[in-house]
Amino acid sequence: MGRAGTIARRSFLVGSTAILGGVAFGFYKYNQPLENPLLDTLAEGEAALTPYVLIDAEGITLITPRADMGQGAYSVQAALIAEELDVDLNQIKVDPGPPSKAYYNTALANDAVPFPSTNQSAAANTMRGTVDLVMKLMGVQLTGGSTTVPDGYEKLRVAGAVARETLKAAAAEQTGLATTQLKTERGAVVLPNGKRIPYQALAAKAAEIKPVTDVVLRPSTQWRLVGKPMQRVDMAAKTTGTQSYGIDMRMEGMVHAAIRLNPRKGGEVISFDASETEGMRGVQKVIPVTGGVGVIADNTWRAFQAVDAIDVEWGDAPYPAEQDQHWQVLADTLDSGDQDARPRDDGDVDSIPMTIKAEYRAPYVAHAPLEPLNATVRVTSTRVDVWTGNQIPRMTQANVAKITGVPVDNVHVHILMMGGSFGHRLEDDVVKRCAELAMALPGTPVKLTFKREEDTAQDFTRPIALMRGRGSVEAGHVTSMDIRVASPSILDSQMGERQGMGLPGPDATITQALWDQPYAIPHYRVTGYRSPKLGPVSSWRSVGASQNGFFHENFLNALIHEAGADPVEERLRLMTDEPSRKTLEAVAEMSGWGGALGANKARGVAFCLSFGTPCAQIIEITNGEDGIKLDKVWVAAEVGRVIDPVNFENLVQGGVIWGLGHAINSQITYSDGMAEQDNYYDFEGLRIYQTPEIMVRGLENRDHVTGVGEPPVPPAAPALAEAIFQATGTRPTEMPFANSFTFV
Amino acid sequence: MKLSVNGTIHELAVEDDMPLLWVLRDELGLDGPKYGCGVAVCGACAVHVDGVAVLSCQVLAADVEGSVTTIEGLGDLAEMQAVQAAWLEHQVAQCGYCQSGQMIQAAELLANTTSPTDADIDEAMSGILCRCGTYPRIRAAVKTAAQNLKGA
Repeated sequence: MGRAGTIARRSFLVGSTAILGGVAFGFYKYNQPLENPLLDTLAEGEAALTPYVLIDAEGITLITPRADMGQGAYSVQAALIAEELDVDLNQIKVDPGPPSKAYYNTALANDAVPFPSTNQSAAANTMRGTVDLVMKLMGVQLTGGSTTVPDGYEKLRVAGAVARETLKAAAAEQTGLATTQLKTERGAVVLPNGKRIPYQALAAKAAEIKPVTDVVLRPSTQWRLVGKPMQRVDMAAKTTGTQSYGIDMRMEGMVHAAIRLNPRKGGEVISFDASETEGMRGVQKVIPVTGGVGVIADNTWRAFQAVDAIDVEWGDAPYPAEQDQHWQVLADTLDSGDQDARPRDDGDVDSIPMTIKAEYRAPYVAHAPLEPLNATVRVTSTRVDVWTGNQIPRMTQANVAKITGVPVDNVHVHILMMGGSFGHRLEDDVVKRCAELAMALPGTPVKLTFKREEDTAQDFTRPIALMRGRGSVEAGHVTSMDIRVASPSILDSQMGERQGMGLPGPDATITQALWDQPYAIPHYRVTGYRSPKLGPVSSWRSVGASQNGFFHENFLNALIHEAGADPVEERLRLMTDEPSRKTLEAVAEMSGWGGALGANKARGVAFCLSFGTPCAQIIEITNGEDGIKLDKVWVAAEVGRVIDPVNFENLVQGGVIWGLGHAINSQITYSDGMAEQDNYYDFEGLRIYQTPEIMVRGLENRDHVTGVGEPPVPPAAPALAEAIFQATGTRPTEMPFANSFTFV
Repeated sequence: MKLSVNGTIHELAVEDDMPLLWVLRDELGLDGPKYGCGVAVCGACAVHVDGVAVLSCQVLAADVEGSVTTIEGLGDLAEMQAVQAAWLEHQVAQCGYCQSGQMIQAAELLANTTSPTDADIDEAMSGILCRCGTYPRIRAAVKTAAQNLKGA
């Protein structure tokens, strides 16, 4: 059996001791097969062959436990299963599956160990395996961290293969033929005489026999689906306006709710006066909730109107009221030297004179997916149902159980398609508040929709970050780089405060994508500082890498300029990781780096290794009379294996646009404890008129597979900053750049 | 009030100041038009009124005089068919939430401009926000749709 099959069996199917045997404490426990969440609800005649494949008289359903927020997760997961199961994507349905520990996310462990992702040594992988066990224990069914493909790449294909081989075994038993005489094709077992037995007809039989778990994955040369352009399973619905999202939830007897929470996030309600809502058409009830007040009405708009008519006196913010104070907290944190972690300290930084200095800032930014937060909840004394788009179904299930007092097993979370997320739906406050509203109307489904202004006001943003750098150059090369960065902790705020799952030790997101860059700078130090708590913060597409990619690469570009070196050549000279080097070489080749540029044109380059994916970008701009215009971007990313080239290109282009749009246009600032921005007119990202042409290349120069939802984001801002410097002579030091430069 | 939507006349008794969007979504159950901003800056709620793209969150249902067509009702319009076919061919959508508005706007553009340039596309489409960043595919799909309409 090949490496792929062995690993997948070890980590998913039987939890055998083949590789990890006896390594860690409590390991015995993991050898128990995980609970299969689908067996509970199976009707007679149905067979759940693995937790990822469901076959019944209705057809074949592939369970895709990583949720879809627009990144095509359902499709890539379905394709990986279908590749081995021998079904086509138009023969199956996908279902995100109920919350269950069986759907823990292995790949999250990859960014939670003190080894850079380029380190595939035995020690690093052993450590990853140990953390993986913790993830299994915690049952982290989480969509995020660009982990869907790395997590499922082997697991899902094995699931498909096990299902296929078990169906063949069932067919063999039924026909008296040997399994070696049977083939599978397009959802059926094919007998030697050409007769086809559809999988559905074998489901009951397959349920009676022991699953065939000794499977060998097919080599990539035999793949029918993976690696080839495919039609996403959701594309037809999204092209005809028939895709249903959480906000479109509609059921018999459902009422509509709106809410206002203290815009000083986490502050109290001192008092409210809802007398204006009396007699407003369609308004049924005013209900106080934690930190705010809600209204139940017979129509979303009426609920919006009514909730705005309530006069509320809000308490103070549990954080500094003014933006300047937030920046001061970070400056004080750096000055006081309250170190969180120093994950990199090469050479002899203390004794090297470093005269080149920089200070850069990254602002708070909101997620602002186009579909506002919403949830539908129905509470009875014995059962709760939740319908929502969400990346953390198990945590939500537990939180709703706690609020309603209904046992966790009786809380059913139904995950719906999301109109974007970008990390927004890693939070579930909308569900908690909706559960509070629904408790006041037992048996009635309550749909809570956030107004856009509410969604922005209540966004748990990307943290602000302040970086101070020192460095030196010698004989035309960069010789030292010392980066110190301060920011509030995402893990404290998100997993600690809101999910009660604080993790011990440093917050790795503070120095994410700073310490593990594949450069051999002789004297090279990275130190993270955790500031006291500020406003609530959360994961935002590419998390710590979104600001740290800007800091690291903008400063490296500044040092390379001082050295008088070429920013591509100097990076290639410093790079220690071959796939990273090939990524940068690819983008240089694509763009014709080093060639002559037109009048008023300038280029910038940046590279960032994040979520295990090296990504390099070159941007070309025109510095015209009316301002800076973004012309072209070339981008290369190394992912080991491109699952669907079409979706890959779309996601990479979207990531670049996300990175550029926020770098130029977007920030959240506080005044009087409240966000000063409230809708897309003052927080908009990029529109089509500012969007450059974007050329994409996916690279497959190494074995292990990584994701691409986030890695294209971090290099975009520093590449643009370098181009602006080349064009204007002024280097941007803080985002959003539109505060200091004009764009057309 | 009477309202013609996708060829059907509806008799409605709603407030004079209820925006068309919420009449379509919550009174008539048409979920194609989306709520994104409520203040006419994102375009997810775009619908056609007599073939002109309007942002339904800022048009009062009581003020609508023409026939409203939503994404659900656009299948038989030549421009819309071409747009939807091109959107599918280029696999434009990511989350898809803005795409009804994008296609409605693109169909209006193609009804008025047979060979749109990049500048035409940028000008016509800049009111419709896409947070996923599908703009490169939108440009390509609009051009394909224009090409196919000319060939038809």
